[in-house]
This record gives sequence, structure tokens and C-alpha cells, in this order.
Amino acid sequence: MRTAKLTGAALLAAGLLGPGASGAAGPAAVRSEAAAAAPQPTADLAGGCEDRTAQPSSNESGPKVQQIRRRGMLVVGVDQNSYHWGYRNPQTGRIEGFDIDLARAVAKAILGDPDKVTYLTVPTARRIEAIKSGQVDLIARTMTITCERWQDTAFSAPYFSSGQRLVVPKAAKVTGIEQGLRGRRACVADQSSSQAVLRQNPYGTAEVKVVENQLDCLVLMQLGQVDATLTDTVLAAAQVAQDPTVEQAGEPIATAHMGIAMKKEDTDLVARVNQVLVDYRANGGWRASYDHWLAASMGADPAEYLK
Amino acid sequence: MAAPVQTGDVAPRPLPSAPQRALAQLRRTVDTAPGRLRTAGILLTVLVLAFGTLAAWQVIGRARAADQVVSHSQPLSQNAAEIYRSLADADATAASAFLLAGDAPQSVRDRYRADLDTAARLLTESAARTGSSDAQQWVTALNRQLPQYAGLVETAGADNRQGLPLGGAYLRYASAQLQESMLPAAQRLAAAEAGRLDGDYAAAGSFPWAALVLGGLALAALVRCQQLLFRRTNRVFNPGLLGATAAVLAAVLWLAAGSLSVHSDLTDSRQRGALPLRTLDQARIEALQSHTAENLDLVARGASDTYTERWAAITGSLAGPPPADGSAGGSSAGDGSTRAGGGTLGRARTAAPGEADAALVRAQSLFTTWEARHRAAAKSNEQGDYEAALRTTVGTGGDSAEGAFTALDQQLAQAATAERTAFERSAKGTDGVLYSVAAGAAFLAVLAAAGVVRGLGRRLAEYR
Repeated sequence: MRTAKLTGAALLAAGLLGPGASGAAGPAAVRSEAAAAAPQPTADLAGGCEDRTAQPSSNESGPKVQQIRRRGMLVVGVDQNSYHWGYRNPQTGRIEGFDIDLARAVAKAILGDPDKVTYLTVPTARRIEAIKSGQVDLIARTMTITCERWQDTAFSAPYFSSGQRLVVPKAAKVTGIEQGLRGRRACVADQSSSQAVLRQNPYGTAEVKVVENQLDCLVLMQLGQVDATLTDTVLAAAQVAQDPTVEQAGEPIATAHMGIAMKKEDTDLVARVNQVLVDYRANGGWRASYDHWLAASMGADPAEYLK
Repeated sequence: MAAPVQTGDVAPRPLPSAPQRALAQLRRTVDTAPGRLRTAGILLTVLVLAFGTLAAWQVIGRARAADQVVSHSQPLSQNAAEIYRSLADADATAASAFLLAGDAPQSVRDRYRADLDTAARLLTESAARTGSSDAQQWVTALNRQLPQYAGLVETAGADNRQGLPLGGAYLRYASAQLQESMLPAAQRLAAAEAGRLDGDYAAAGSFPWAALVLGGLALAALVRCQQLLFRRTNRVFNPGLLGATAAVLAAVLWLAAGSLSVHSDLTDSRQRGALPLRTLDQARIEALQSHTAENLDLVARGASDTYTERWAAITGSLAGPPPADGSAGGSSAGDGSTRAGGGTLGRARTAAPGEADAALVRAQSLFTTWEARHRAAAKSNEQGDYEAALRTTVGTGGDSAEGAFTALDQQLAQAATAERTAFERSAKGTDGVLYSVAAGAAFLAVLAAAGVVRGLGRRLAEYR
């Protein structure tokens, strides 16, 4: 069933997040990605753990869902720096993006009002901790599903597929990862899957600059201090959306899926959220959100992100 | 002159060498009563004039150093501190303007621009006036980086106005450049100038010992000469020599008193002006950097814990360590001064003149207000209410953390003005005092030399 679900709907989105997506991959993920880094872009980072999630269910009698209903607010861990995924629009002061739409869909389903969401900003490195401590009900923050993380948290079904992608200035005329990195100065976020990929296979990079947040890589690239950035596919798209003079180059590598993270014990909430995802795809919510936030930078046809 | 005479005279004796012969001849010439008198007169005149010259020379050197303190090294040292402060202020203000984005009031933009203008102007002044090659090097480095920094901040603002999160990344990059590269350069510049100021202080305030010792020798020689004359002639007073003695004594006293008074004025200007100003500058900078940290924490939007930690570290240094954990949780923080005190603010109060001290007391209480608002904002942010955190931090009403910080900064500025005044009151004019000490000592020495010539000239005349 999970397969059906996945195929049917899967996906959504988001991904990865900013610094985070990359940042969060644990060592297991790192190894998988690294292995995949070479020429088989289809290797699955999740290692088959996607199907550990609960069956979709509309039942709201479970203790966690009841707690949320009593509180009247859904507390969601988000990112404020991932353009088009979860970011604070300086013009409106509001947090917006694909992941935010998803959180609102969950709030609408459970509380009947998409506005009943408290957004807590969670740094990449503290996502697992925020879940385990119960500080947030769920995390919608371009988080990659990995077997490693399954040891500490539960995930929903995948809502978007992602991987690693190279971003380079258009002027560099790069056509493949190998060509884009050999002899060049590359930039990756600290603790990210991208960093692990390059550690495993440096592709002949002359130098790897490690920064706190993948957006810092774009700054350095604009200032001419690095030649290329390796980051998650969805963040690569977000970088291109912010700077029309850079582009994604080569094929994505190290494929993975993103899911909504929840506390392991809250199986009732996991089942409820999975039902929301099924409905979200079925009623066109996923596609509408994709068209609004992502189509411009990731392509009009989202089929590959639903795989 | 005596050589031919000598050869004739001394032929029968065993053959002394030429220098021995010259000495012997000299001794015969000198070893007469008038000869001895003449020699004594020459020696005394030379001694007295040497004393006057040395005194004038030493004191003029000190006067120049004192003038340097007031007109050069203290202003340059203050310039360097002000460059540092302007840069740190630009950093904090840029972050405020960024957070307020389109809502940033004109005053915030003006302040940022004024900071950059001040830094650029003072750098130009420093470059033109400083004599230290060390300082020149840091000025050059800062001159190169200042426009780059301004460019990064502009880019951050432009990206932010378009709604791109990239703007925040740019601002953090700009701030890191400033904190990690420009401020250290400004710090070194300030240290180089402070070193020169200390050197000038030491040079201006040191005691002219050599001149005083020579003056004592001249006095002793004059007294001895009068004793011998008295034994030989039984005349008690020689008015010329007596006058010379009085003039040298007056010169020595004048020199000692003048140097002492200048020394005490300079010490005062240093203890009550220059040194408290240094601590105060430090306090102003720590306040600024705390403010930058709280602003950047909001700019980072949860992407980093760095700024929370930086706030804790810098405010700990500014206001003393926070009390044990109890009050860390937000709500109790509104009341009261919970810190033990001490820190740079506390140290700035020691030795601060009265008016500055009053301003510092107000600053300490404003810090308490500021910290309470900071905690309220941090709590809002933790609870996911970013807008409230933003309002409480940089809101333009007076009740924000920004408002408390601004008021605190004004108090510190007021204290700095008071301390600068105290410095100038004590240090100004010391060079003038020293110049008149030098002139007086030289004049008295000439007078004394005239007395010697006149006094011994009379005795010599009696032999003719």
C-alpha cells in the first residue's frame, strides 16, 4: 500500500530545505548518498524505510490528535530561509511556501482552520530534538526520510522526491557534475549530505568551502569566491529562483524523499497526516501549491518529483 | 702659545714629554692667585650655563610631548576609538534597517549613513595625521574594506526588498566581514594610537632629573667658591656670587615646582580623562555588539544559534555575569536588576568624574530595561511569534529593546563628553607651563652666569 500511496500521490514536495535538508542527513544518509554519488543517480537514499509509516486514517480519536484539537493550535517546526518552501516574506511579514501550505492543509483537516498554526523556527541541527521533546507536533521543513532518522522519529509518507544537484554561474557553461567540479572551488553546507557526497567522491575539486547555510554558498558564488555549489535539488531550484544568472547543471544524484516528521509514539497523528496527504493530492492541493511556488523554478511538470 | 718660552726655560732639566711640559706650564700659570680665580670663574660660568641649557632643553622636550598629548595623540587615540565605534554602530544599524525593511524610518537610514561617513572621515584624518606606520597600515586596510562592506549591505537590502531570503545571507556575510576583519583592524589601530598616547604621557610627565642634578652641582660649586674666597679675603659677602647662587637656587626650585605641577596635571588628565574614556569606549562597543547580536538573531530567522550565544557572552562582559539560572526563564525577567553588576559598565564608573558617573548609573539601569525587553522578545520568538519579537526588538516606539539601547548609548555618550572635558581641563595648558618653566630656568641661569663674572671680576681687578 505504501507503494500505491507513493506512486499515486506521493509527493509532494518539499524538500529539502535549506540548510537543513542537507544539514540533517545523518551518517547513514551520508553513506547512501555517497555511494550514489557516482554515476547511478537512482540509488535510493531512504533505503526502503519509507514504508515504515502508518496506514492513512481519518480516525481522530487518538491521544495526540485529541490533544491538538483541545489546544486548538497545531505547532509546526519550519524553516524561514528556504525560498518558496518555508520563508518569511519581508514584504508581508508572513511565513510562506510549499511546506507551509502543507502545514496549513494538516491544520485545516484536524482543526477546520488553516490559520490555526503556530510556526516555530527550528534550526536544522535541532529538528530531531524538537520532535522528541514534544516542542512541536510535526516538522514540515524539507526533511529527508532516512532509515537512520527512523530510529528517532516517525515520518509520513513521502511528499516530494529530491536528490543532490550542482548550481553554477551560467557563464561557466557547465554541462555535467564532473566538468563543473574538476579543478574548481566548490561550496557545500556544513553537516550536509552534499558535504558527505564530496567527501566520498571529490570529483577532482580544487577546494571545498564549507559554510553554515547553503544560501551562504550563493553569496560566495555571486562574489566570485567559489565556482560551484552542491546542494539538495529543491534548494538548488530555490537558488536559481533567487539569482537568474546561475543555473542547475548535470543530472541530480543521490535520490531521496522528503516527509513530514513526527514523534514516534504519535502513531495516530502519523496515520491522520498520511490521510491528509492522500486527500491533498487527490483534491488538487498539492498541484496547486506546486504551480504557485515551484513550477517557475522546477518545471511545469511535477511528475519527476512524484516518483 | 707657551711652547717657545718653554723650550728656552727648561733646558737643564731631565726631558719631560711635551704634554707633561704643557701641564706644568699650565699649573704655573694657574697656580697663582689670579690664575686660580680666573679658572674658577670659567668653570662656574660654564657649569651655570650648562645647567640652564640642559634644563631648557629637557623641559622643552616635555612641553612638546605634552602638546602632543593634547593636540595629537589623545585626539588620534579618540579618533581610532570612534572609528571602531562607528563601524560597530553601522553593523547594528544595518541589521535594524534590514529587519524593518520598507518600514525603516528615515532616522535609522540616516544613522547608518552617518556612521559610514564618520568612519570614512576619521580614517582620512588618521591617515593624514598619524606618524605611526603601524597605524597607517590598519587605516589602509580599513579604507579598502569600508566600501566593500557598504556594497554588501546594499545588496542585502536590495535582495530583501525583493523578498529573497538571500538578503539575510548577504547581511550575515557583511556582518561577518565587519566583525572578523574590519573591527580587528580598527582595534589594532586603536591599540597603536593608545600606545603612542601612553608614550607621550610618559615623556611629558617624566621629571628632568639630569637638569636638577646639574643645578645641584652648580649650587654646591658656587657655595664652595664663596667659602674659599671668604677664607682668603675675609670678606663675608661677594654680591655677584651671592646673586648667582640665589638665581641658580631659584631656577632649581622653579624647575622642580613646575615639573611637579605638570606631572600632577597630566596624571590627573590620564586617570580622570584618558583611562576612564578607554573603559567607556569599551562599554559603548560592547553595548553595540550586544545590539548587533540580538538583531542578527532575528535576521538569521532561526538558522543559527550563534547570535544567542554571542548576546550572552557580550552582555556578560558588559554588565557582569548573569545571576544563577533561576531568572533565565522569560517572565520573571521584567523586574529587576538581576545582575550582580561589575563588568565593563561597573569598571567605567571607577574613576569617572561626577557627571559621567551619574550618566553611567542611568546607563546601568537602562541596561536592566533593555535586557528585560530582550528576554521578552526572545520568548516571543521561541513561541513562534516572530512579529512580536520583531516589534519588541526593533520597534520604533520607545518601548523596544532598540529604544532602551539607544537611550543607554546616549547616556554613555554623555559620560564620554564629561570625561573628555575632564581630560582637557587637566591636560590643556601643561605645555604652556612647561615652556615658561624652560624660559624661566634659562633666564635665571644667564643671570647667574652674569653674577659669577661680575663677582670674580672684582676680585681679579684687585690684583692689577
